[in-house]
Amino acid sequence: MSFNDVLQAGLYLLVLLALVKPLGAYMAQVYTGRWQIAPERWIYRLAGLSNPAPMSWVAYAGAFLASNAAGFVLLYGMLRLQHLLGWNPQGMGPVAPHTAFNIAASFVTNTNWQNYGGEMALSYFTQMMGLTVQNFLSAASGMAVLVALARGLLSRKSQEIGNYWVDFVRSVVYILLPLSILLALALVSQGVVQNMDHYVQVTDSKQVLPMGPAASQVAIKQLGTNGGGFFNANSAHPFENPTPLANFLECLSILLIPAALCYTFGRLVNDKRQGWALLAAMLLVFVPLLAITIQAEQGNLEGKEARFGTATSAIWAVVTTAASNGCVNSMHDSYTAIGGLGPMFLMQLGEVVFGGVGSGLNGMIVFAIIAVFLAGLMVGRTPEYLGKKIEAFEMKMASIAILAPPLCVLLGTAVAAVTPMGTSGLTNRGAHGFSEILYAFTSMANNNGSAFAGYGADNPLVNFTGGIAMLMGRYWVALPVLAIAGSLAAKKTVPAGPGTLATHTPLFVILLAGAVLIVGALAFIPALALGPIVEALQ
Amino acid sequence: MTTIRMTVLMTVLCGLVYPLAITGAARLLFPRQASGSLIVRGGRVVGSELIGQSFDNPRYFWPRPSATPSFPYNASASSGSNLGPTNPARHDAIANRRKALLAADPGNTAPIPADLLMASGSGLDPHISPEAAAWQVNRVARARALDPHTVEDLVRRHTEPRQLGILGEPVVNVLVLNRALDGL
Repeated sequence: MSFNDVLQAGLYLLVLLALVKPLGAYMAQVYTGRWQIAPERWIYRLAGLSNPAPMSWVAYAGAFLASNAAGFVLLYGMLRLQHLLGWNPQGMGPVAPHTAFNIAASFVTNTNWQNYGGEMALSYFTQMMGLTVQNFLSAASGMAVLVALARGLLSRKSQEIGNYWVDFVRSVVYILLPLSILLALALVSQGVVQNMDHYVQVTDSKQVLPMGPAASQVAIKQLGTNGGGFFNANSAHPFENPTPLANFLECLSILLIPAALCYTFGRLVNDKRQGWALLAAMLLVFVPLLAITIQAEQGNLEGKEARFGTATSAIWAVVTTAASNGCVNSMHDSYTAIGGLGPMFLMQLGEVVFGGVGSGLNGMIVFAIIAVFLAGLMVGRTPEYLGKKIEAFEMKMASIAILAPPLCVLLGTAVAAVTPMGTSGLTNRGAHGFSEILYAFTSMANNNGSAFAGYGADNPLVNFTGGIAMLMGRYWVALPVLAIAGSLAAKKTVPAGPGTLATHTPLFVILLAGAVLIVGALAFIPALALGPIVEALQ
Repeated sequence: MTTIRMTVLMTVLCGLVYPLAITGAARLLFPRQASGSLIVRGGRVVGSELIGQSFDNPRYFWPRPSATPSFPYNASASSGSNLGPTNPARHDAIANRRKALLAADPGNTAPIPADLLMASGSGLDPHISPEAAAWQVNRVARARALDPHTVEDLVRRHTEPRQLGILGEPVVNVLVLNRALDGL
């Protein structure tokens, strides 16, 4: 690792951590509803929500699912009918049903797995009104669920965890939109395209330059931990990520909101130390994997851009898989065995080391519940988290949330690995071929969206099983989390006593990171042994 | 009912108002970048500064290998090779590129920089490293009957340092450099 590699990684972490407190404090203000600007009121009025009232967890979950279902239907419809909808200068035809199902599942669940090449298959209408919109809304839904969980932890003997629509609208209007506007314009200044023009034919050449409203989509793709590229090569494409500065801003935006939400959570539960502890546990897993991946990729320029080189590419690979973002600025399929193992393992930890906006921290809090439970078993006390007793119902829900994604990953991988259609898309054979399949289902079931992209996954089998894995990976985590929020809201708060395990200490941070690593390792080491580990030994 | 209204409202706000407002602002503030950083000569588009082009004549600097489908530097189908580290096809491709580079410059005994042997992620990489440009200076100078120092100097003037001194890697834009060569 060169001095400059360390400098780049250090600068990244420094700027990220410096922004945690200001942005986190701002988001806490947004969710406690201290103020309201006129457009927010107009939206409620137009939507027929004159007086948004607090909801029970069941009603909250209902609204969450309904908004996602509506997004799914709308996006599926646009993909199937894009040839009739206009803003289609290249005359793209309708998307095949199984591909459209997979794309709709992918964008509604904040996965943004790409089984299409944007510049080859999608109209500007679909990119803007379909994909860009779901980039915002899937992120806002994830943030809403986190806020509901924080309210559940704070409330005492209450049946309510807030109003879904308010949390959803405020996420878009006060957080995602303003940040996207700033980032989009900064990206255009660096050369990201933003227009509604025809593709441009280069004179005396076969080359045709793709165009489109890319910057506006790339901005929210990063900020909302979405990751679906405007172009096929995603953030390796010079029109999506033209300069190292653009790269730095995009990479920063991936972890910005997930990291800052830790502070927001601390503020929302009236104990900032809790937020810092969760962030510290994330960093404890993140930093070593970052160092390993940068080291493993030294000298390997296959699938990497010259302007980024190996270090900038490796930093991005770790960031995008720690977050459930999944956009890539280099092709992970061509990484060394160990270099590819790091990103894959980060996803397999359940996307809780930063993870998706909202959803990642939700997952980490579920792990905190598991960690206090483990500690409780060791000393024989009823576990508590933030003054709430953790009992059988919470543990059942936490177990579902933690076990559903690995189940989808392993079942999906098994099905694809033994069927001719599942293996038909492989670019690489042997251990690396198995890694391609394992990576694909790891990515989809954990709502990441990056790929070992040599795996041609656009066939009915993978589109369907992958689509189901994405939906289960999202809702089998989000719904148990809302159930926990409802159950905790109804409980009284127990004052901390001398026997209470403090959940803001270094001891707890280590326990929490340990719980994450042990669960991830137990679920996946056998599968990893067949893929990247064998390959590293070859 | 709330759900449907909210979905429509959000689609209009995030899918129409936001991207069109950004398009308008981008046109106003950064018109050149927003429309693809195009290089226009005599009213004709000869390429984009950000999208590489294929060069295989010894008189020009060669860019990164490109793995886009149909033909190299196919800008309407960006893609990497996605070949894994143990794939024999990757080792064959590297061996063939090495052979082609040496065939065009038989006397060159310097080690070939990795970016001339390994394909880029997008298949459209406009840049090579300064080392990759230096490796090709003698060949280009010979093919054009120029003093190598003149070509070396041109490369130096087209070398972009790390952005802000820290970010990314130093690079040379191949298309811009080759156009400057033709202008010598």
